[in-house]
Amino acid sequence: MSLLNAIVSPGFFTSGPVLTAAVVGGGAAIVSGLVGVFTVIRGQSFAGHSLADVSSAGGSVSFLLGINPLLGFLGVAVLAAGAMELAGLRRAQERDLVTGIVLGAGLGLTALFLYFDMSTQSTTGAAISVMFGSMFAIPASLIPLSLGVGAGAVLITGVIYRPLLLSSLHPDLAAVRGVPVRLVGLLHLLVLSLAVTLSAMTIGAILSTALLIGPAATALRLARRPGHAILLAMLIGLGATWGGILLAYDSYDWTSGHSWPVSFFIVTIIFLAYLLSGLPTLRSRA
Amino acid sequence: MFASFMMNTWIVATVVAVVAGCVGFFVVLRGATFAAHALPLGTFPGAAAASLLGINPLWGLFVFALAGVIGIARLGRRQRNDVATALTLITLLGFGTLCLSLSGHYAQAVYGLLFGQIIGVSTADIPPVLAISLAVVAAIALCVRPLLLNSVSPDLGAARGVSSAGMDLVFLAILALATAMALPVVGALLVFSLMVGPASAARSFTSRPFAAMALSVGIALATVWAAIALAYYSDWPIGFFVGTFAALAYAAARGWQWASARTGSRRLA
Repeated sequence: MSLLNAIVSPGFFTSGPVLTAAVVGGGAAIVSGLVGVFTVIRGQSFAGHSLADVSSAGGSVSFLLGINPLLGFLGVAVLAAGAMELAGLRRAQERDLVTGIVLGAGLGLTALFLYFDMSTQSTTGAAISVMFGSMFAIPASLIPLSLGVGAGAVLITGVIYRPLLLSSLHPDLAAVRGVPVRLVGLLHLLVLSLAVTLSAMTIGAILSTALLIGPAATALRLARRPGHAILLAMLIGLGATWGGILLAYDSYDWTSGHSWPVSFFIVTIIFLAYLLSGLPTLRSRA
Repeated sequence: MFASFMMNTWIVATVVAVVAGCVGFFVVLRGATFAAHALPLGTFPGAAAASLLGINPLWGLFVFALAGVIGIARLGRRQRNDVATALTLITLLGFGTLCLSLSGHYAQAVYGLLFGQIIGVSTADIPPVLAISLAVVAAIALCVRPLLLNSVSPDLGAARGVSSAGMDLVFLAILALATAMALPVVGALLVFSLMVGPASAARSFTSRPFAAMALSVGIALATVWAAIALAYYSDWPIGFFVGTFAALAYAAARGWQWASARTGSRRLA
């Protein structure tokens, strides 16, 4: 029992904010694992990161207007996904540029809204909680909506699973087979914005890339089949999120009452998993 | 607007715009938009790490920028480039979050580092900015030919003895230097907007490299000057104006390209 107490600080399982964080964060990790594998295969890490960053404009607006932050993040992410799709589809070379321009403009808006947040409401924490997340401050009332968004993302991906996989691996082959490549790409971008919205809520806009890309890149190194890679990515994401929550909760006792940020632990676990996944290939090469 | 306390801002912002215009040209040419975003964003917590150790913030920024360059280059050997960049970015940021939290460097400071603040540039800030800018411009001038060749056609460059990996490292190092220099003054996200917007607009107007580089510097200067003036009068954050103007410049360039393509085809017909 004392060992258990050393690993898990007392009160962990009965704390409301911890449970909410575990549920919402776990949902975000599962959805990000699923979507992340496709994002890595398609080479859209930058788009995923940009959508999350831009969605922070929505997060800061919702602070300003006092509406549900999830809706703010979500609305702007979907808008940005549409703008990227409209402006930059024709040439692959232009895609990154357009993503960058949308990102720059979106971050400019975030700067403006955060400035309004800080000057009108004296909520000085807005910048921190929008950009870096505030996992233990998620209201329990957000659980149904966030789980609904996550389920929607999983459902859409499930429906377009085979065409999406084919068009991610071999766009030309998919086009020959009659897959509507453009529509599938647009749907994936939509799902991507749902996924990053969820993780932006939990670990923050600029770190949601960690949940999206880290577990997926690790899983794709280890697994041979796409289905296995998705499962593995979900598990790694889930482990990192819950482990991070646990460590952050415990860290309250380490530095005399100042807990360390959850995001730090989550990212560290994800990066360690990535480094470890490189060991087998190193050995086989030697 | 030209009061004495604003003079430092004007000087530093002008220097930053010139450097960003030059570096941005290569960012756009090499399609390295993600790296140009990831390096500044991953570097900004370096200032917090430095203040935790009680040293000059510039050193913290340099160490973080260097770590970013090494990370992108090392991981890029075995991963696709965008994944390597993303992994480097999140690792730096994750560690940075801890430094920010431990240093008690909160809200206002983070906001300034991310989005930039136009006042508060001290006279002591100017010499390092000038020195590093000169180093960046000199480095570009020294390797402009191999860098151009490698950016346009890596294969042709390799045939002429220009190593692709070496040029990648040179480019990333230049990007990191420019980033660490500009960051404390204009903010992490603004550096990125200034690099990508003007350069991509310039490229739509001309295909000659040196003309495009000059035009990119010109647009960057116009963007920054207009942004400072408007930020001064409206009291809104400068990052908003720079981001918006950079996007507008790009949209205008695309529109011009489209219009000239139309009149061109009509002339042919």
